Amino acid sequence: MPRIETICVGDALPESRHSPTIVDLFFYNAALWNGHRIHFDERYAKEGEGYPGIVIDGPLQGDWMSQCVTEWLGDRGVLVEFEYTNRSAAYLGETLRVGGKVTACDAQTGEVSLALFVENEAGDVIAPGAARVRV
Amino acid sequence: MSHLTPDMLAQIGRSRTPVMELATRREIRKYSIATRQRVAKYLDGTEAPPLFYVALFWDVVSLDRMTPDGLTIDPLLPELPFRRVMAGGIKTRYFQPIRCGDYLVAQRTLTDLYEKEGKSGPLGFYEVTLDVKTDTGAPVLVEKATRILR
Repeated sequence: MPRIETICVGDALPESRHSPTIVDLFFYNAALWNGHRIHFDERYAKEGEGYPGIVIDGPLQGDWMSQCVTEWLGDRGVLVEFEYTNRSAAYLGETLRVGGKVTACDAQTGEVSLALFVENEAGDVIAPGAARVRV
Repeated sequence: MSHLTPDMLAQIGRSRTPVMELATRREIRKYSIATRQRVAKYLDGTEAPPLFYVALFWDVVSLDRMTPDGLTIDPLLPELPFRRVMAGGIKTRYFQPIRCGDYLVAQRTLTDLYEKEGKSGPLGFYEVTLDVKTDTGAPVLVEKATRILR
């Protein structure tokens, strides 16, 4: 639960690691009503669309980045703006690291800018993101 | 040579009929559990996580309207010379959180359609703006989502 006076540019947000299972992907896609077979049908993902495995949903990775922000923020602030881009796919069996850091902080307005990321096991940022919060 | 004809590009600006949905505790809880949220207000369904709206306003279509790959063709899109759709990204501006019991009205508009040359050939991009308001017209969020076609 950050206070604006204590936030500095470069502060790291708490990191998390995600190793979704096929059950995670089932429930996530069911919650959305997303029937895209690349998220649950390995044979189709490989033979139909040429992926090396079952694809972890891009919006789910976006959600993990938003959790990085909301858990850091607690009830003392509000999310004003949030964005991410899916640059590369991630596949079932991978462990993805999610985190971020403070990139700007305005004590007058209480606005804080954050850079976010989802990184794969090779160390590549596969989904960069950003957020603006008011503390 | 562009794969996007003037007729296709003329679809930019088209909007779908607004839809109203109720954010129920059950739907918020399902989404929160599926995304492994750890904040109590999300898990008990009192307030929705920031990206809950993605699930709330995902098109619920009958199974016979899905293509063999399990997708639905976005009715905002003209017929395009691309076969596959990939997630691109979003940018969302929030005005107030979604809470259990909120009636929300959303309208989707095709706001851009363009193409770029990728490593393995042409890629199409389309941007849809989702404007979500309360049932009394107060702004809740505006999302610009980009999806990639290949």
